[in-house]
Order: sequence, then C-alpha cells, then structure tokens
Amino acid sequence: MTPVIRAANLTFSYDDGTRALDGVSFELYPGECVALLGANGSGKTTFALHLNGLLTGEGEIEVCGMELSKENLPPIRRKIGMVFQDSDEQLFMPTVLEDVMFGPLNMGLTPDQAGARARTALERVGMAGLEAKAPYHLSAGQKRRVAVAGVLAMNPEILVLDEPTTYLDPPAERDLAVLLRELPQAKILISHDMPFVRALASRAVFFERGRIVAEGCVNEIVERFGWDLQL
Amino acid sequence: MHIPDGFLTPPVWATLDFAGLASVSLLARKARAEVDESRIPLLGVMGAFVFAAQMINFPVGLGTSGHLVGGALLAFILGPAAAAMVMTAILAIQALVFQDGGILALGPNVLNMAFAGVFAGYLPVHFLGGRSRRAALFAGAFLSVMVSALMALSELLISGVRMPAGALWISLALFAVSALLEGVITVAAVEAIGRLQPSWVKSRGGGMRAPALAIIALTAVFLASVGITFASASPDGLEKLIERAGPAGRNLFAAPLAEYQWQGLGGEWMGKAAAGVLGVGFVFVLCIGFARLARSKK
Amino acid sequence: MHHVIVERWSRRRSWMHARDARVKLAALVALIAASATTPPSHWTAALFYGALALAGVLAARLPVHSLLSRAALVLPFSATFAAVNWLAGDPARASALLWKSYLSAFSVLLFVSCTPLADALRALEWCRVPSLLILIAQFLYRYLFVISEQAQHMRLAAQCRAGGNHDWTFRGAAAALSVLFVRSYSRADGIRQAMNARGFAGRFPALAAPRFTWIDGVFGAAAIAACAGVRVMA
Ligand SMILES: Nc1ncnc2c1ncn2[C@@H]1O[C@H](COP(=O)(O)OP(=O)(O)O)[C@@H](O)[C@H]1O
Ligand SMILES: [Mg+2]
Repeated sequence: MTPVIRAANLTFSYDDGTRALDGVSFELYPGECVALLGANGSGKTTFALHLNGLLTGEGEIEVCGMELSKENLPPIRRKIGMVFQDSDEQLFMPTVLEDVMFGPLNMGLTPDQAGARARTALERVGMAGLEAKAPYHLSAGQKRRVAVAGVLAMNPEILVLDEPTTYLDPPAERDLAVLLRELPQAKILISHDMPFVRALASRAVFFERGRIVAEGCVNEIVERFGWDLQL
Repeated sequence: MHIPDGFLTPPVWATLDFAGLASVSLLARKARAEVDESRIPLLGVMGAFVFAAQMINFPVGLGTSGHLVGGALLAFILGPAAAAMVMTAILAIQALVFQDGGILALGPNVLNMAFAGVFAGYLPVHFLGGRSRRAALFAGAFLSVMVSALMALSELLISGVRMPAGALWISLALFAVSALLEGVITVAAVEAIGRLQPSWVKSRGGGMRAPALAIIALTAVFLASVGITFASASPDGLEKLIERAGPAGRNLFAAPLAEYQWQGLGGEWMGKAAAGVLGVGFVFVLCIGFARLARSKK
Repeated sequence: MHHVIVERWSRRRSWMHARDARVKLAALVALIAASATTPPSHWTAALFYGALALAGVLAARLPVHSLLSRAALVLPFSATFAAVNWLAGDPARASALLWKSYLSAFSVLLFVSCTPLADALRALEWCRVPSLLILIAQFLYRYLFVISEQAQHMRLAAQCRAGGNHDWTFRGAAAALSVLFVRSYSRADGIRQAMNARGFAGRFPALAAPRFTWIDGVFGAAAIAACAGVRVMA
C-alpha cells in the first residue's frame, strides 16, 4: 500500500533559532489513525504545520503522491483538513455557516454549492440549525464541531487534529470521539488525552526534542514512556 | 475626544463627512494595493488589541488613571496607511456598538483621530527611523493626541459651541496632559513589548520610505486644516464669526455651503488662518527638532 | 460588558430584527439627520423624534429601560459642554447638545440592538464603503470578544495577586499590555494559518447579499417620511 503522507528528514528552526524539528521521517497509510505523542514543545504542532506547507523547512514531503511544492499547495491543502488547537483562531468568519463555507468557496464552488456542502457538513457533526449563530455564542464543544465541519466541507482525504479535546468536557469529548471514529479518512491525532487516543488511534509515534524517538502500537508507546496518569 | 452628534452644525459635519469618506476610499484603495489580504486578520486583531488595551488603566497618581489611545502605537506596528484604516474601523465600531462618538460626527472623528492622529503620530517615527525610537515614539504619541484634540476643539468652536477663554484653557491643559500621558504609555508599552520580543521591535520603524511622501503630503493637508480651524478659534474672531453666521445659521441646511463660508469669513480671517498654519507647523518642527537632538546625544 | 449585551440583543427575534439592515440604516440616518438639522430649542420636535425611536424599541421588543439608561452614557460629556454653554448665555444650544446627543446615542443603540453587526457591516458594504475597511471591522469585532475577555482575565489575576481591589501599577500595566499584544499578534498568525489551511486564495469570498422584501420597503418609506414630517413641521 502506498502511503498518503510520506515525510522524510524534516528539519526546521524558527526565526529565533529554536530547532523545532530535527530529522523527522513519517508515513501515514490510508484509513489509519496515528497518534503523535510527546511532551509540550517537542515539535508535534510544528510537524503538523509542515504537512500542508504552512511552515517549510528542509526535507521532503509527499501528499497523495504529490510532492509538496508551491504549485502543488492548493491541491494539497484540499487533501489535508487541519483542525487547529485553538477553535477561536479557526472560526474567524462572522457566522457559523459563513465559516464552514469559507473552504468550499476558496475551492471555487459557487455560493449555492458551498452553502449546500456546508449544511451537509454541519448536519454530519450534529450542528444543524445553528447556521446563523456567531462563533462567540458557541460552547467549546460546539466550536470544535464547527471547526471539524469547516474541514469536512472540503472533503479532505486526510484529517490532522491538533489537541482536539482541550477545553472539552467529558460528554463533548465522547461525542467528538464517536464522530471521528465514523469518519473514513486517514487521521493524524495530536493529543495528551490517553483514553481518547486509545479509543481512536491504532498506532503512535513519540516526539522528543524535534525527533521521533519511538514508534509502535499505542499501548506499547504509552507504557514505554509512562505516558499515562498512573498514581 | 469623540464628538457626539448634535455638537457640530450641518455645514461642518456635512463637509467633514464628505472629506472623511473621500479620504477613506482613497486610502483604502492605496492600502488595498499595499496590504496583502492575508494580513487583514492581523489588522483586525490589532484593532481589537487596541480596544482591549484601552481597558487597562495606567495609574498616574492622585487617584487618577489614563489609558492608551493607540494611534501612534498602531502606526508604529502597522505603518501609517494600514494604521489609519484600523483606526477608522475602531471608530466605526465605537460609534455603532458603544455609542461613543456620533454617526453624523463619524467623518469628523475619523479625520481627527484616524487620519490626522495616526499620520501625526507616524511622522516623528518616520523621520527618526529606528535609532532613537523612544524619542520618536514619545513625540509621535504626544502629537497624535494633541493634533486630534485640537482639530476636534476647532470643529466645535467653528460650529459655535461656546467656549469662554477659561474653559478653552482648561481643555487645552487637559489635552496637553493626556497627550503627555499617551507619550509615556506608548513608550512604556513598546519597551515592554521589546522585553518580550526583542527581535520584533527592532524590525519596526525606519523602513517604509516609499509611501511616506504621499503620507507627508496628506499630513500637511491635515495640518493646514488644523491651522485654519485653530486660527478661527481664537476667541474674539470666533465671536464675530458666530455673530455673522448666526442669522444665516438658522437655515444653514438649505443654504449652499460655499456661500456660507464666503459670507461669513472675511479677509482678516485669512491672515489668522495663515498664522494658525504657521503656528502649528512651528510646534511640529520644534517637536521633531527636539527628538533629533535627543537622538544625536545618544 | 456593553458589547456582549448588545450582541445578545441583536440576536433576538422580532419584527424589527427581521427588517433588512440597509433599510434600518437608512431610517437611522434619516432620524439623526432630521434631528441634527432641527433648530436647537424645538422641544416638541425632540419629543416626536424620541417617540419614533421608542416605537422602534417596542417593535424590536427590547428592554426600554436598559436602552434608555445605556444611551445615557453620552450624557456626562454632553452635560459638561451644555453647562459651559448655559453659563456662556446660550441655553438653547445647551439643551440642544443634550437632547440631540442623547437621541442619537439612543437610536444608534436601537439600531445595533436589532441588527447583528455582521449584517450592519454588510449594509455598509452595499453602500460602497470600501471592503477593506469592512473586512477589518469584521475581524476587529470578532476578536474584540476574545481579546477583551483576555484583558479582563489578566486584570482579575493581577487584582488577586495584589490582594484586593488594587489595580495595576504603572509598570504592571505596561507589562500586561505587552503580554496582551504578543498574544494578539500570535493569534493573528494562527488565524492566517487557519485561513491558508482552508485554501485561502488571496481574496475573501464576498458576503452574501441581504434580501429585500416589500415589507422592508414600506417600513423604510414610512420611517423616512415620519422623520421628514417632523422636521418639516418643526
Ligand atoms: N512561532 C514560534 N516561534 C518560535 N519558537 C516556536 C514557535 N512556535 C513553537 N516554537 C518552539 O518550537 C518548539 C516546538 O513547538 P511545538 O511544535 O508547538 O510543540 P508541541 O506542539 O509538541 O507542544 C518549542 O520549543 C516551541 O517553544
Ligand atoms: Mg502543540
């Protein structure tokens, strides 16, 4: 099977000299869900931002057979749906519907088509009926679901979720897990929430100071690094 | 100082609304060409930041406190053209959502604070570049508040709002104090930002030389209008002005604007206007010279 | 906070809320322009304008009392000038400063309380206000809620640490401001990334145009005629 994402030897430093990635290689296969584990500041978010060219360092990235380059950016960004850690940054349009339509409109759909897609996506995340709401009026769980809808409306082949459970209460977290499990896309899941990771991910990689230091099934990695709350 | 509705007479707000709308569209076109659309969120967020920053009170002793106005800070962060757009957006939201400043007075308020204020705040930074940032920022912030306030005051006086000499001096003194405070707060804020992100502050200022010419020209226009209005604000001249405009004033809305102006204002007035322009220009040169002096000492 | 309450009100439902934002804007401008051109001491005209605005508040089913008191925020400023003008021997102007500024604040408050700001901005865009300005205002308003909440939290935290009702010290205030700035700046960066991740192609999609019905037309015509009528009678 060919991987949908193949990254080789990624290296990146921020402007201030912080080396955030130091030779990361990674592959993601169709339909699987891989968890990225590791301490705060170990480079997980930086890595995710490389996958659709929001940051560019050294190394190679291939998404669905396309090499990451300036010309390929639009199709690659269509293939990868990215849900960011901070929903407030992701929901920037004045109403829920307009926000979910933002991606489809950028893909060149007409307002009618984009509206239809947006409604379908909102229905899928259980947010139908809240189209006219302002993001300000949503709860954290609702915001996260709208953010997911905004990504689903673009029909991506890969989902990247960066700490999707922050600020969620247990029921909202459970709802999100149920929703994500139903989605057929390949997923990269960055999370510190082990029950959530266990429920979704089949494989895990472990980041340490900008490197992937281990890879394996979730339980194995969690045990090896003591990555669970055990008192 | 946000002018509410009801303070300015129809010819004053109508002229300034027209001027304000024209300059906003001109500047928007210019800014649109310069500003990449992906920077628009930054502009909006910086506007929200200035809004929120105004909730932070700076104690200045005697149990009183002041807060940031932000014109000069925005100009320093974003460059003058973008900063003027952001300030315009701030004023519009203040007028609509917070009822701070009138709707018909929006044009005048935009001219005073978003244009004159921001451009005046930017000039010292522009001339001094990055080297004596403190002095430039201080002068910019001071000028920004002072120029806006003087323009607002002159517009009120032209509209015939009474201001006996005593009240006039008190307001001028208050303006000077808040302008000084704005200078101190702006410098303190940028220094504090510099402690958090040294590289960011260093990369500001200087630069942006190309659009500056147009901007300086614009500022000159605005300063001239400050001068004109300010000159006519000299108390006895104003009394006469009101006396003459008084009878006509009742039907001002129907009377053509130009007629009103030329009827009311004689040749003597022109001399005062010139004096006003010169006076404001002089203060400006003084400020910049002062700031330069401060630089050469460093 | 004021903007939070106004935002809540603007999301209610009523006959007034349902009207086209452009028509409401036109009615607002008509009312303020009519009152602004009314000679200073026409109290009857002032009362009629007030009645029109009040009718709007009732049609929008908004809390009259809260609107009246919130609009009064403009009064301290106006009253200062009014007092000076009174003492300077111009009582007519003194009263005009008060009633005109208050009427304007009240009717603007009514307008934003029955029109979500996004719709109001759309109406302005339709009136040819530059779209750059509209977009900036839209982002400003959206993040005003997030960032002012942050500022509020920081202030609370500072008060807790200072143990009591002390506000900032000067240095503390500057430090708080810088933290707020750095956070806002990185937030803007996050928004840019989120936009690009969803295929932002360099231009924002145009906002959907509002719908105009015949009821809107009748309402607009009636409102403008009423304002003009009072102005002519005065
Ligand atoms: N915008 C930035 N500028 C400078 N350094 C950054 C920036 N973003 C993250 N870093 C640094 O890069 C490293 C990796 O950060 P990040 O990828 O966010 O980690 P994680 O997501 O695993 O918590 C950290 O040391 C962090 O401090
Ligand atoms: Mg992270």
